[in-house]
Amino acid sequence: MYTQGLDQRGDGKAAADRPELLARFQEKVDAEEKIEPKDWMPAEYRKTLVRQISQHAHSEIVGMLPEGNWITRAPTLKRKAILLAKVQDEAGHGLYLYSAAETLGVSRDELVEQLLTGKAKYSSIFNYPTLTWADIGAIGWLVDGAAIMNQIPLCRCSYGPYARAMVRICKEESFHQRQGYEIMLMLSRGTDAQKDMAQDALNRWWWPSLMMFGPGDADSKHTAQSMAWKIKRFTNDELRQKFVDVTVPQAEFLGLKVPDPDLRWNEETGHYEFGEIDWEEFYQVLKGNGPCNRERLEARQKAHDEGAWVREAAAAYADKQARRRAAA
Amino acid sequence: MTEATNNEQLFEYVVRIADNALVTGQRLGEWVGHGPELEEDLALANFALDYIGQARALYTYAGEIEGAGRSEDDLAFLRDSHEFRNVLLVEQPNGDFAQTIARQFLFEAYYLRLLDALASSNDERLAAIAARAVKEIRYHLRHTRQWVIRLGDGTGESQRRMQDAIDRLWQYTGEMCTADDIDSWAAESGIGPVPESLRDDWNAFVDDALSEATLARPGNEWMASGGKEGRHTEHHGYLLAEMQFLQRAYPNSTW
Amino acid sequence: MDRKHWPLFEVFIRSRAGLSHRHVGSLHAADADMALDHARDLYTRRSEGVSIWVIDSKSIVASDPDDNPELFEPAEDKIYRHPTFYEVPDGVENL
Repeated sequence: MYTQGLDQRGDGKAAADRPELLARFQEKVDAEEKIEPKDWMPAEYRKTLVRQISQHAHSEIVGMLPEGNWITRAPTLKRKAILLAKVQDEAGHGLYLYSAAETLGVSRDELVEQLLTGKAKYSSIFNYPTLTWADIGAIGWLVDGAAIMNQIPLCRCSYGPYARAMVRICKEESFHQRQGYEIMLMLSRGTDAQKDMAQDALNRWWWPSLMMFGPGDADSKHTAQSMAWKIKRFTNDELRQKFVDVTVPQAEFLGLKVPDPDLRWNEETGHYEFGEIDWEEFYQVLKGNGPCNRERLEARQKAHDEGAWVREAAAAYADKQARRRAAA
Repeated sequence: MTEATNNEQLFEYVVRIADNALVTGQRLGEWVGHGPELEEDLALANFALDYIGQARALYTYAGEIEGAGRSEDDLAFLRDSHEFRNVLLVEQPNGDFAQTIARQFLFEAYYLRLLDALASSNDERLAAIAARAVKEIRYHLRHTRQWVIRLGDGTGESQRRMQDAIDRLWQYTGEMCTADDIDSWAAESGIGPVPESLRDDWNAFVDDALSEATLARPGNEWMASGGKEGRHTEHHGYLLAEMQFLQRAYPNSTW
Repeated sequence: MDRKHWPLFEVFIRSRAGLSHRHVGSLHAADADMALDHARDLYTRRSEGVSIWVIDSKSIVASDPDDNPELFEPAEDKIYRHPTFYEVPDGVENL
C-alpha cells in the first residue's frame, strides 16, 4: 500500500502512448477527484510531485536548524517551551511529507540522499542566519506567514496523500505564525535595544521572504503544467502580492518600517506596489552561495553520519529479536 | 522550627528538583535538529518539553514559597552556577546518543521513584506537580530503557559505546540517593522520601536493564558529589552562559 | 536478513472512544515497540488519539484499482439495499 516497493503501474511509458489513460486521468483531476497512490498517473505528474513534496519536506527539516539555534538561548522558559514545540512540529511536518512522498514509490533513504548530495533543493530562506532573538520572531511572522500562503491552496492539491498531509500541517502551522508575531510585538513594545533588534530582523528577512514564492510568473518553468494538474492553484506572483497586502499593515501596527522605498498603496488596484526583487541574490543562494548553505548541509550530514551506528544498532536488535521469537 | 526556616528549607528542596528538570530540559533541547533519525529527534524534543514544563511549575511554586517576588524566569536565568542545586549527572554533556541515553536512563530511574514518592507528599502543591510529572517520566523511562537494551544488545559498536557511556557516568549516580540536611528535613516533615529508601529499587531496575542489554554494571563504587551544594562540574558554567545570555545582556526587558 | 534501514509502518489512530481507528500516515521504526512510541510523538502531539495501531506496511494487502470495475461497480445498481429506495406512505411512523 504505502510501501517503498510500490508498484509503478507501468507509467514509465510515455503518457503519449497511453492517450486513453491520460484522458481519464485529466478528467478525474478536472472533476476535482483525488488521485491516490495506486491509481495510474503520468510519469511527469509523479516526478513533479516527488520533486515538490520532497523539497517541501527537506525545507521543514533544514528549517529546524536556524530556529533550533535559539532553543538553548530563548529568553524565558515560556518562549523556550513554545520554540521547542514549534521546531518539533517542523520535524513532524517533514515526516508527514516524507511519508506522502514515499507513497509515490521513492524511499526516505533516497530522498535524504538527494538532500545531502545537493541533488534536491530546499527553500532558500533557510540559508539565511538567525543572528538575534528577533529573528525567531521574524521567521514565525514572515517566513511561516509566506509558507502558509503557499500551503493553504495545497490542501486542495489533486494528489490525495499530499493534500491530506497539508491539511494536517496547515492546522498546526497557524500557531507558528502567531507566536512569531507575538515575539515581534513584545520587542517593538520593549526597550530601544529591543526595538532596534526587531527592525533589524525585518530589514534582513523581508526580501528573502518575498523570494520564497519563487521566480516571477514569466520565469517560472513549472507553473502552467502544475496548475493544469491542480498541484498548484495560484501563480507565484499572485501569492506574493497577497502576502505583501496582508503583511504591510501588520508591520505598521508594530511600528516597524518595511525596507522598501518603492512600497506604496495603490488606491485603484487595491494592492500595494513594491520594489524590484534582487533575483540575482535569489539564484546565488539557490546555487549554494547563501550565507549558510554550507553550514546547513554540513549539520544535516553530521546528524546523518553520527546517527548511522544508532540506526544500525536498532535494526540489528530488531533482527535478533525476530530470530529469537522465531526460535522460541 | 519556625515557619521562616521551614520555608527556607522547602524553597531549597523544591528548587533542587526544578534545577534538575531545567538542566535536563536544556541538555535535551540541544539535540533538536541533530538526532540520529527524525522520529527520534521528535521524541527528544518531547522529553525536553516535558522537563521545561516541570521546571516552570516548580520554579513558580518555589518563588511563591520564598515570597520575595522572584518569578520562574528570575530563578532560571538570574542565578549563578553555585546557586544551582541540580545533581552532577544531569549537567553532563550530551556526548554521543549512547551517552545521552545513559544519562537519561540513570537519572530517570531515580527521578521516577522520587516523583512517585512525592505524589503522596503532605505538601499538596508539590504532590500535584509530581502526580502530573510522574506520567511523563514513566513514558520517558520506558523509551530510554528500550534504547539502553537496543544499543547494548545491538551491534558491537553500539554495545561498546553504551558500555562506555554507563562507565563514564556511573560516578555521578551516587549523589541522587544520598541524603543531605535538606533531604533529611524533607523526609522528617513528610514532604519527600528518604533518598536512601529509593536506592534498592533503583539498583534492581538498573541491574535488570543492564543485564537484558548484555552490559556490565561498573565495578567502580567511588561516587562524586557536590551538585546539591552548588559545586558543579566545568560543563555547568557553559550551559548557563548559553541559556542565560539574553537575560544577562538585556536586563529588565520583557520578552 | 540484515536491515540497515528501518522499515515503514502504517499508523492508525482512534481519536476517541466510540470511533474506529483511522489511517493517519506512516513512519519509520526499527521495531513495533519503537513504531508505537514514534506514532505517539508524531501523530498525537495535540491529543488527537486515545489508541494507536501500527502495522508493518508490507503486511497490508490492497486491492488493485484495475480491478475496480469488477470489485465495486456491481454494487452500484443494487439500489434496493438502501433505505431511501423505499417509499413510506404519509402517516406511517417509526419505520
